[in-house]
Amino acid sequence: MVELSLPQNSRIGKGQVWPTPAGAGNIREIQIYRWNPDDGKNPRVDTYFIDLDDCGPMILDGLIKIKNEIDPTLTFRRSCREGICGSCAMNIDGTNTLACTKGFDEVKGVVKIYPLPHQKVVKDLIPDLTNFYAQHASIEPWLQTKSPEPQTEWLQSHEDREQLDGLYECILCACCSTSCPSYWWNSDRYLGPAVLLQAYRWLADSRDEATGERLDNLEDPFRLYRCHTIMSCAQACPKGLNPAKAIAEIKKMMVERRV
Amino acid sequence: MSGKSVSDNRPLSPHLQIYKPIFTMVMSIVHRITGVALYFGTLLLVWWLMAAATGATYFDFVNGFFASWFGRLVLFGYTWTLLHHMFGGLRHFVWDTGRGFSEASRMALSRWSLVASIVLTILLWVIAYWAKGSM
Repeated sequence: MVELSLPQNSRIGKGQVWPTPAGAGNIREIQIYRWNPDDGKNPRVDTYFIDLDDCGPMILDGLIKIKNEIDPTLTFRRSCREGICGSCAMNIDGTNTLACTKGFDEVKGVVKIYPLPHQKVVKDLIPDLTNFYAQHASIEPWLQTKSPEPQTEWLQSHEDREQLDGLYECILCACCSTSCPSYWWNSDRYLGPAVLLQAYRWLADSRDEATGERLDNLEDPFRLYRCHTIMSCAQACPKGLNPAKAIAEIKKMMVERRV
Repeated sequence: MSGKSVSDNRPLSPHLQIYKPIFTMVMSIVHRITGVALYFGTLLLVWWLMAAATGATYFDFVNGFFASWFGRLVLFGYTWTLLHHMFGGLRHFVWDTGRGFSEASRMALSRWSLVASIVLTILLWVIAYWAKGSM
């Protein structure tokens, strides 16, 4: 349902301003969303100052520096630090992206960091993605076949393999889904761009033989058709993929199987 | 166990409050708003037609309203709303065919549908005033 304002317990208050490091040359101001499940208070935005001359080039480097040197309570997910695990997805400078592949030089002025939008917050920059993962499981993201299993691998031509380019690269970071206003209002029923791109990844796979069942599962006013081609997803994807295009292809398959 | 679990009081992370507007996002919501506005525009059209069916006196009154500066302002807005929604519909039609999804294309489609709606609105009104003046 569309709710433009935040619920009472989610309104953001003023937070702490942490001291500027002494003797630093290249100071950058970073504002970070904080919420602690244990203190019973509303979320707040804390302000930190770091010396970029003594820090790696990426936003994630800055977050790690803050956690190591200024405030060890700052909580966020991170793992690979090279854009392949999707853990450090968050909202930076008003756009969803990965902290590890977003450079400080790409952001003008104060760096504002929030968790992925319109999600329940576990702590600080960590959203609860339980629903997102459950939706991914609901599209049965594995190869389904009816033919007798071959002696070797399921073979695929180079052309058929190319159909999966732009789809298989998805790392399920949830940047796209949580950038989508339609997903904000209807994530209980609409599958969202990431899961629909994954659904199309299996629909487009020449080896998969469950196309009909997969389309039946998606044929629903909410699951698929809440996509209104707003295109925030394609703009947000840190891997440069195009979920909006994949969703359009699913909609086309729906029409094509009727004629 | 009574009471709430830890997860019950989890706040909702900010969304509209912090997301930087994207051009295609803005055009999408304007398409929705113009669609709603068209219902009211259609009511104006129905009012005008019903007035014509009612009689000369009432028709003159309604026509007079639309001819007033306020009436013209409303009609000017209605023209743009209609054209913006029409070009938006055409844009969505292109997207329904699976084309125009690249960043350059989706931005160009959005930009040109906005430009076209504004230019055509002004053009229509210039022609209308010109036709009125030459009569």
